[in-house]
Amino acid sequence: MRNPLSKTITTIQPSGIRKFFDIVHEMKDAISLGVGEPDFDTPWHIRDEGIYSLEKGRTFYTSNAGLKELKIEIDKYLKRRFGVSYDYNNEIMVTVGGSEAIDIAMRAMLDPGDEVLIPQPSYVSYLPCCVLANGTPVIIELKAENQFRLTPEELEAAITPKTKLLVLPFPNNPTGAIMEKEDLEKIAEVVKKYDLFVLSDEIYSELTYTGDNHVTIASLPGMKERTILINGFSKSYAMTGWRLGYACGPEVIIKQMLKIHQFAIMCAPTTSQYAAVEALRNGDEDVAKMREEYNGRRRYLMHRFQEMGLSCFEPFGAFYVFPCIKEFGMTSEEFATKLLNSQKVAVVPGTAFGDCGEGYLRISYAYSLEDLKKALDRMEIFIQELREEKN
Amino acid sequence: MREKILTFIEKNSRIDLKELAIVLGVDEASVVNELQKMEEEHIICGYHTLIDWDKAGIEKVTALIEVRVTPQRGMGFDKVAERIYNYPEVNSVYLISGGFDFMVTIEGKTLREVSQFVSDKLSPLDSVLSTKTNFILKKYKDHGTVMAEQAKDERIEM
Repeated sequence: MRNPLSKTITTIQPSGIRKFFDIVHEMKDAISLGVGEPDFDTPWHIRDEGIYSLEKGRTFYTSNAGLKELKIEIDKYLKRRFGVSYDYNNEIMVTVGGSEAIDIAMRAMLDPGDEVLIPQPSYVSYLPCCVLANGTPVIIELKAENQFRLTPEELEAAITPKTKLLVLPFPNNPTGAIMEKEDLEKIAEVVKKYDLFVLSDEIYSELTYTGDNHVTIASLPGMKERTILINGFSKSYAMTGWRLGYACGPEVIIKQMLKIHQFAIMCAPTTSQYAAVEALRNGDEDVAKMREEYNGRRRYLMHRFQEMGLSCFEPFGAFYVFPCIKEFGMTSEEFATKLLNSQKVAVVPGTAFGDCGEGYLRISYAYSLEDLKKALDRMEIFIQELREEKN
Repeated sequence: MREKILTFIEKNSRIDLKELAIVLGVDEASVVNELQKMEEEHIICGYHTLIDWDKAGIEKVTALIEVRVTPQRGMGFDKVAERIYNYPEVNSVYLISGGFDFMVTIEGKTLREVSQFVSDKLSPLDSVLSTKTNFILKKYKDHGTVMAEQAKDERIEM
């Protein structure tokens, strides 16, 4: 029989997060700090709106780009929260989560040989999506001393004549790093100088803890026409299972993305779209409450790491902390495996998010304070033992 | 800061104060200080425990009693309310708008005990015009807490 598989797909590795956790679920009393989704339920009024849409028999396809009401609400929301505005007719499309938007944006924009700059550590899907879209991924390794922000120097050093697209994944999974306005302004200058485009994945935009709102690079002068802004409902409204996101950008790009979406997906789930309208209309307070709760947990974790003497830069976004474990002279994977075996606490090795994640762990605080406390107590014992062994 | 402390301890009054201070990003002394002040000012009126008596296997009967009364000259409803809330059997007394005046909750060991309280003590009060007793059959949610068992965490790491 002939090889049924494409060469491209067989070169792509499966996500490094999963393999570890099949063991965790088998283990009794194990505590996982590994999930990447909110521990809150979708607020009831949003769920209720989804149920109501089903009761009303709204079970048909919507238009390919999504419900008009939803696109109008997305525009209003982006204006209200981040000061950018899009024409709902031509510049906004509703997708199956932010993930679909990442995939189709790359497929719509890349030709073979086009280079895509991907800062790492970052979410696991940019690189495979780029490869599947025939692009050439070029990794930029972010550094702890820059608080895992992208600097203009790092960006400029990675640019070649083939560079077309920069992925900007902030607030960042797994590091929790954010990019503030001054940081983005410098990046925008380089992007314009070299005539690049930006795929800005802002799925965690509601979860920043500096007291200031998240800033989107699309709101900077001359950047809207160069940016595909990706966002969604999963993290901000605790709606991961609803699979709903959106992409906003120049009409020329959205139009082509819409073609892929039309042929591959048809439209995002109708029930989810109705629920999302409610989320955008009446959900600001829910988001604020969840943010406050995450922030308390973030402070708690930072405090505990400090007490343990574990070095960790202070993250101001998403719901992850990214402590450094280099002092123990182990790889991230070794550390995570030992921690799991001896104390039954599961965390994700930093290397799941790129080679430069070596020496770090991703710890999610999408867990109740009690769970975090229990897990951190165990981690403290583990670290003490390691230090005693060393001496 | 007061509102933040109150919001937190309304849900969990047993939280370690050091922890609470960390979570709120303030120092422990000021949390302790604020709590003490709010206790003195009677903003914090008590620290109670929410109990599922059914699950404990201990029989309890709770009734919501709608009471219509005649307010007393010069004292309005307050004097009447006082007559009612002084009985230890009475759990809560609210003055409410609508078809009647007070909502009184009473807790007893048996139906009989509760009905006896209503017929012997509450109804005979001079200013009480009428009562209507509603027994609680099942508590689904109390003080913002759902009494049913919490669902297990089914999230997957991906």
